Amino acid sequence: MSILVNKSTRVLTQGITGATGQFHTKACKEYGTQMVAGVTPGKGGTAFDGIPIFDTVERAVRETGANATVIYVPPPFAADAILEAVDAAIPLIICITEGVPVRDMVKVKRYLEGRRSQLLGPNCPGTITPGECKIGIMPGHIHLAGTIGVVSRSGTLTYEAVDQLTRLGLGQSTCVGIGGDPVHGFEFIDVLKLFHQDPKTSAVVMIGEIGGSAEEEAAAWIKSNMKKPVVGFIAGQTAPAGKRMGHAGAIISGGKGTAKEKIAAMKAAGIHMASSPATIGRTMQEALAK
Amino acid sequence: MNIHEFQAKEILKRFGVAVPRGIVATTPEQAKAAAQELGGGVSVVKAQIHAGGRGKGGGVKVVRSPDEAAAKARDMLGKNLVTHQTGPEGRQVRRVLVEQGVNIERELYLAMVLDRAQSRVTVICSSEGGVEIEEVATKHPEKILKETIDPVIGLAPFQCRRLAFALGIPPELTGKAVAVMQGLYRAFDECDASLAEINPLIVTREGQVMALDAKMNFDSNAFFRQKEIVALRDLDEEDPREVEASKYDLSYISLDGNIACMVNGAGLAMATMDIIKLCGGEPANFLDVGGGANKEKVAQAFRILLADARVRGVLINIFGGIMRCDVLAQGVVDAARELNVRVPLVVRMEGTNVEIGKKILADSGLAIISAETMADAAEKIVKAVKTN
Repeated sequence: MSILVNKSTRVLTQGITGATGQFHTKACKEYGTQMVAGVTPGKGGTAFDGIPIFDTVERAVRETGANATVIYVPPPFAADAILEAVDAAIPLIICITEGVPVRDMVKVKRYLEGRRSQLLGPNCPGTITPGECKIGIMPGHIHLAGTIGVVSRSGTLTYEAVDQLTRLGLGQSTCVGIGGDPVHGFEFIDVLKLFHQDPKTSAVVMIGEIGGSAEEEAAAWIKSNMKKPVVGFIAGQTAPAGKRMGHAGAIISGGKGTAKEKIAAMKAAGIHMASSPATIGRTMQEALAK
Repeated sequence: MNIHEFQAKEILKRFGVAVPRGIVATTPEQAKAAAQELGGGVSVVKAQIHAGGRGKGGGVKVVRSPDEAAAKARDMLGKNLVTHQTGPEGRQVRRVLVEQGVNIERELYLAMVLDRAQSRVTVICSSEGGVEIEEVATKHPEKILKETIDPVIGLAPFQCRRLAFALGIPPELTGKAVAVMQGLYRAFDECDASLAEINPLIVTREGQVMALDAKMNFDSNAFFRQKEIVALRDLDEEDPREVEASKYDLSYISLDGNIACMVNGAGLAMATMDIIKLCGGEPANFLDVGGGANKEKVAQAFRILLADARVRGVLINIFGGIMRCDVLAQGVVDAARELNVRVPLVVRMEGTNVEIGKKILADSGLAIISAETMADAAEKIVKAVKTN
């Protein structure tokens, strides 16, 4: 068991003929993911690396039975690509694209209401169930199959955490990057609920950062629902107020969204907080030994 | 991206929001002529900088004649204005806005912001105008009114009326208040703003509802379709190193410390700053070179970091994964040679070909300190800076 993706997941790439789409579609295929289709409007009927390309998502789904899609299309067209995937009722939509305007995402979220699709991202690394299915841009080789669930707003910081876990022999059930944008699909809580229900996941690493209040909301949910140990880390303890720290959503505004507030809320919820980004793995080891 | 008050007011005017008549001046003579043009009576001279708290800092002056307008403009122009948002060095005033005086009956607060938890734009208003909304939120949370906007419908008239009545705006002025609110929302939406704030929104003795001050921030992700907004960018108001970095698509934020850092990914970059601090050092910056950092980007990043005279050491932390460490290492070596780096340089990298990368660093003959882990790297750079 795992969450979101496994070896039977059939993946479509939207934007398969762009440089990023090609590179990562190939890498995911090599990892063992079932890459079944690609979409690039106007390139239907051709193929990339043996993967058939279609003009529309609807057609790609109908002909290949894709049940997950990964989007690499450039920011001006990313929201439309998500809408097309929602319209085709693809259960899992993963948008990697960084730089999607907030206004577009507000509309996308409205469109998602009452639909069958769930969105991960945008501006995220994707998700991986080690040894079974990798969808996104994370390096596959640092992962190890196991029982630790990982959920994070960051990309490379997640790789850092996963690397620490793997070196300690702590494999992962599924790793999920929810993305660094202010308006996005899956929230911490959504992923935590899945980990909570997943019999294979024994503990969870949750990596947050400054900006917004998703960590506080997740902490409240953990406090009243989660029995599995959770290890946490918040990036941006030294970040100045009012400055956007790379991620569009990583900003302390009006004195809200500080690392201090988030850490306090997470500690109060019984989350084992790693004081340093270098001790996330060790903190998990200690939490499991208790 | 921020813009000036006078620019925000020009935008709002286009969307039907009433603003006082005003003219921008860059010299005392222009300020005098502006005051004359506005009728020669009471007017207000307002320093135009990208920071709040201008009134308290002495950057907003009521004047009674064109000569007085010239005098006040002379006091402000070319000087640094210090407010609680500028830092102790203040910001240089390069222009003033001369506005016709108005008879204020009431001061209210009106803003549009993104409510992240709801993924919707929200209207915030309050009967307590002219003070910072954070202060109202702390002292009188019951005086803050909100309406969430459905992106399909837009801000509905009934929502505006509900707010107007709750604010105690007289019934005969409800229509004008609704027009201001809807205009502000349309400006926010059509210009891809991330914040649009009118503080204060005033009701005048003559029965006008208008924006006495205006602040707008914009979503940089939407710049590809907001050419007119991008043209309003004032580089004088931004940190020169941040401007330089943005040219190369590098995300850089200047901080107060002396250990520069270069990292791939925003989360890891923030975590690297944090670990420097944890080890007893002070980060000089945030710098995310992005996922596809190549040799040229590394060289540009180096240049920007080293342009900061306070920098006493550099920490490079790259978790490549897909990025090739040998390519990165060669980029670092070339840039360090070319720029004649004289401060200690600690490199930690993970990813493909990491062993070859480390060998390139070791064989370079440069004083590059290699680190195994993030903690190791932070400890090494802090120690090197302290002993150097």
